[in-house]
Amino acid sequence: MKTIEQIIDEILNLASTHFNVDRASLSPDDDFFKTLGIDSLQALSLLTRLENHFSVELPDYEVQGVSDFRTLAERIEARL
Amino acid sequence: MPNNSQPQVVMVDLSQQQSLGSALREALDRFADETCLIEADRERENHRLTYRQFKEMALPLAAFMQARGFKADSRAAIIMTNQSRWLASAYAIFHAGGVLVPLDYKLNAYEHIPLLAHSKAEILITEYHFWRSIKQQNPDPAHLPPTVIVTDVPKNADLMGAIRWDEAKAEGEPAFVPRTRQDWACIVYSSGTGGRAKGCVLTHENYLEQCASLTALYPFWPGVRYLSILPTNHAIDFMVGFIGPFVCGATVVHLRTLRPEFVREAFTRFKITYVALVPLILKNLQAGLEQRFAELPPLKRFVFNQLRALNKAMTKQQPNLNLSRKLLKQVHEAFGGELRAIFTGGAFSDPQMLQFFYDLGIQVGNGYGLTEAGTALTLNDFKPFRCDTVGKPLPGVEAKIINAGEDGIGQVAVRSKTVMSHYLDDPELTNETIVDGWLITGDLGRFDAMGHLQLFGRAKNMIVTEEGKNVYPEDIESAFEGLPVKEFCVFAANYVWPERSMLGEKLIIALRLNEGQQFTEELKQDLIRRNAKLLNFKRISGYVIWDADFPRTASMKIKRFVLAEEIRAKFDRQAALKEL
Repeated sequence: MKTIEQIIDEILNLASTHFNVDRASLSPDDDFFKTLGIDSLQALSLLTRLENHFSVELPDYEVQGVSDFRTLAERIEARL
Repeated sequence: MPNNSQPQVVMVDLSQQQSLGSALREALDRFADETCLIEADRERENHRLTYRQFKEMALPLAAFMQARGFKADSRAAIIMTNQSRWLASAYAIFHAGGVLVPLDYKLNAYEHIPLLAHSKAEILITEYHFWRSIKQQNPDPAHLPPTVIVTDVPKNADLMGAIRWDEAKAEGEPAFVPRTRQDWACIVYSSGTGGRAKGCVLTHENYLEQCASLTALYPFWPGVRYLSILPTNHAIDFMVGFIGPFVCGATVVHLRTLRPEFVREAFTRFKITYVALVPLILKNLQAGLEQRFAELPPLKRFVFNQLRALNKAMTKQQPNLNLSRKLLKQVHEAFGGELRAIFTGGAFSDPQMLQFFYDLGIQVGNGYGLTEAGTALTLNDFKPFRCDTVGKPLPGVEAKIINAGEDGIGQVAVRSKTVMSHYLDDPELTNETIVDGWLITGDLGRFDAMGHLQLFGRAKNMIVTEEGKNVYPEDIESAFEGLPVKEFCVFAANYVWPERSMLGEKLIIALRLNEGQQFTEELKQDLIRRNAKLLNFKRISGYVIWDADFPRTASMKIKRFVLAEEIRAKFDRQAALKEL
């Protein structure tokens, strides 16, 4: 079972690769729209990467209104 | 599938219909064996219903509602993502003579509660997770409808007083409750989540007239497949993703997951005929296509560009779908090969983007409308295509420019059978908005010599995001309550410093500091923290420090217009506005 810290770390790694952003510039409580400079559609594309990585299905409503990495990690953890 | 070059257009005469309920009821019988709804979730197809099956799905719910005392003019709210049960619930409400309150599912629970209370809905039909979020707010039970029906309930979930949708059934045929054209059909909230609720009361006539004019321009028929992506609570999808296709026997396709890859796949998988998209998604599609074109090998790219130029030249005066499909076969096949038009609205569309699609032979039905006036007031007519306007007024719509300046630009005012009856429980606001029968839109525009409407900005204090979200500054001020300053006020930047543009609109906050107070880093961080709690499209992006008390009315409300004028008179935008 992964810890929440592990999940956050893996999300930050994936986001960094997916959007070509320096990993060191990302923190768990960052607003990913702002930090990554992405819109809602680009955020959805990240979700698909995360689903594949963690082998979970995240319904759209589960991530509606979520804008920081930590909450996103919590939603994933709840479905692992 | 029908032959798209010669569509079997269904002639629908709505002039004899008195209500949405009667129009839909007739369609359910007339097209009983046609496919009505397809619902997919990722690669899975949840179900496919005929009009007969849809009726069998909706009527037991109507009977249940009637058994609970739901009658003519009773109100029922829906908070659901796009899915079959949204439409079945709406039909059940209309069948029972009720008034539908379609609430935006993208709002938060704390925003839903005041709207539910304001609407006085007797029944709420929602998905379980929305209901859970509402209950987590511990709302006053008096603010919630007494009957709550929930879909998508996880196993062993605590229903918290709600009833499962599958169990909300009653025996026997529910009575069809006739309504007249002047009766209320829907209460649609254009704003008011944090301030003054603006519940637009739209009548059956509003919708029937809108449906007649739109389906005359963009006909539906059995076999047509409309991909429903915009929220069904939104005026556009409600009309072109429910009422329009249903009265003509067409098929509506719902996707439970709106990730770009599943949406893209849906075009080819379901051979989509029409879709409505907000400009942001269109822009995304454009970027994807441009990337694919750029990746073509040089020779193929050269041939493609020649064909695109040829298509552009051949369709300059009017569209020729069959020709475009032949010339640019691969592009059209990527959209499933059956796409006839994309509707866009809810926000301003970049003309260059519209031209990009038109040059590929993909018509984008670009128009202009607002919740207070149904779905659309103007629409481009492709005679010929114009990317720089929002088209001409639809049949039955009178439009004029009031208080025009020397450049001819002024406020757009409209009169039409599609204009709402009034704002719910707010005669004062209604009288400010509908003057002598004319709806004052608050948008700035001008008609050109061809009768096309061009938009140039807003006279009202609001913004519309590229995702089609209307954001009213008053509605987000509660996020800044308790900020350690003397007073504050949120504005649309263009309201303070008008710009002749519909793009890149921003919200700002004007701060009046306490005597001797400095704008410190600590205060800035406080602003940032509060801002981050708002949904991303509602966030402010800058601030202005104002050095005088805000002008207020006798009842201590801020005189926003006066304050905006004072700020404008003293500061120019560049000098005063600091980025947050």
